[in-house]
Amino acid sequence: MSVRGPQQVLELAKVSRTFGEGATAVAALRDVDLTIGAGEFVAVMGPSGSGKSSLLALAGGLDRPTSGGVFVESTPLAGLGLNELARLRRRAVGYVFQDFNLVPTLTAAENVALPLELDGTATKKARRQAADALRQVGIPELADRFMDQMSGGQQQRVAIARAVVGQRRLILADEPTGALDSTTGQGVMEVLRSRADAGAAVMLVTHEARHAAWADRVVFLRDGRIVDQATAMHDPTMLLAQAGL
Amino acid sequence: MSIRHSLLALLQDRPRYGYQLRVEFENRTGSTWPLNIGQVYTTLDRLERDGLVAKDGDDGEGHVVYSITAEGAAEVRSWFAAPVERTNPPRNELAIKLALAVTLPGVDVQAIIQAQRVASIRALQDYTKARRDTASNQRSGDTAWLLVLDSLIFQTEAEVRWLDLCEARMVQLAAATAARKTSNGVTEDAAPLNADSRR
Repeated sequence: MSVRGPQQVLELAKVSRTFGEGATAVAALRDVDLTIGAGEFVAVMGPSGSGKSSLLALAGGLDRPTSGGVFVESTPLAGLGLNELARLRRRAVGYVFQDFNLVPTLTAAENVALPLELDGTATKKARRQAADALRQVGIPELADRFMDQMSGGQQQRVAIARAVVGQRRLILADEPTGALDSTTGQGVMEVLRSRADAGAAVMLVTHEARHAAWADRVVFLRDGRIVDQATAMHDPTMLLAQAGL
Repeated sequence: MSIRHSLLALLQDRPRYGYQLRVEFENRTGSTWPLNIGQVYTTLDRLERDGLVAKDGDDGEGHVVYSITAEGAAEVRSWFAAPVERTNPPRNELAIKLALAVTLPGVDVQAIIQAQRVASIRALQDYTKARRDTASNQRSGDTAWLLVLDSLIFQTEAEVRWLDLCEARMVQLAAATAARKTSNGVTEDAAPLNADSRR
């Protein structure tokens, strides 16, 4: 297990998660060790049922491990009460869900500003930050639209803006490109990449190799365990030699 | 890659000497396929022999300049017009390796697939990063390099998807085999897989 330091945003230490008990118990995760540093983009791949989404839920404090520890910026989530956990999630953690989870009765800007306002940020300041986030995802002109006035791709960008608003340090994305066409999907990856380049820790769960390839590190899960990791490092001239060109 | 047609195409643009052809070729293809000058001269000799180019004097500095003939121009037109031939079937070491692995006892096919998957994803990460870096400060000569990177990205992604499919098929096959053993005969589930695996 690595040493926890200020640059380490997320750490999962010997984390296991079992659903059910006794003979019918199902182990979703077994003894998983994973750390993500500031500025690092990690993708998690694996077949259905390998534990990808369970891992993401534990990382964001949406679920608690059966054993082992989850630390966000060195804070053990196990030691937090529900209110403290909720506050940490609003301030430090941004989520992107496959099904967006946006509020249909709010505009794009209101949706994005919502976590900030819930956390006590003054409305004017929250809206300014929301406008920034919408600009980052390339749809500043849609700030006043309601969800039913936007395409799926546009809604997903709103969801991403909400996840990155207020300079969150940990961004967790679960198949965020699910129903999007490939150009929009690439746009989503560009936003996640730029947040990592700006210092956030990003964890992306995906089954799409071309999206995982945007990450600095790709972690492979199988039957609840990390079985492999791939890290990019070659220079382009090596690439051509490998490709036989 | 057809060096022959590439050089002809460049000569159609205007007459050039050997070293110029090499530099032009590399500039226009993002230096993706370095040409050695010996290849250039050998190719020019053959093109001349075939009547597709002709020597056009020298440039005053001792370089022999070549120009394209009418036959050469026709050859370039038909090269651009025809689709690139696919080798049939394409030789694919990975496919051959897996095809043999599934037929041999004691070979861990899933481990082969996973090892390849990690290597392919790593290559995909590298291509993606190279593409991002090139696209973010694009210069005029980079278009060809971007096209090549896109091609590599698509090919590698296809390979990973194919590996996923191979793995899923292995799992299906194992389940069908287990079902056959427990029912002590051919089950309905197993029949289509048997048919499929004979191909």
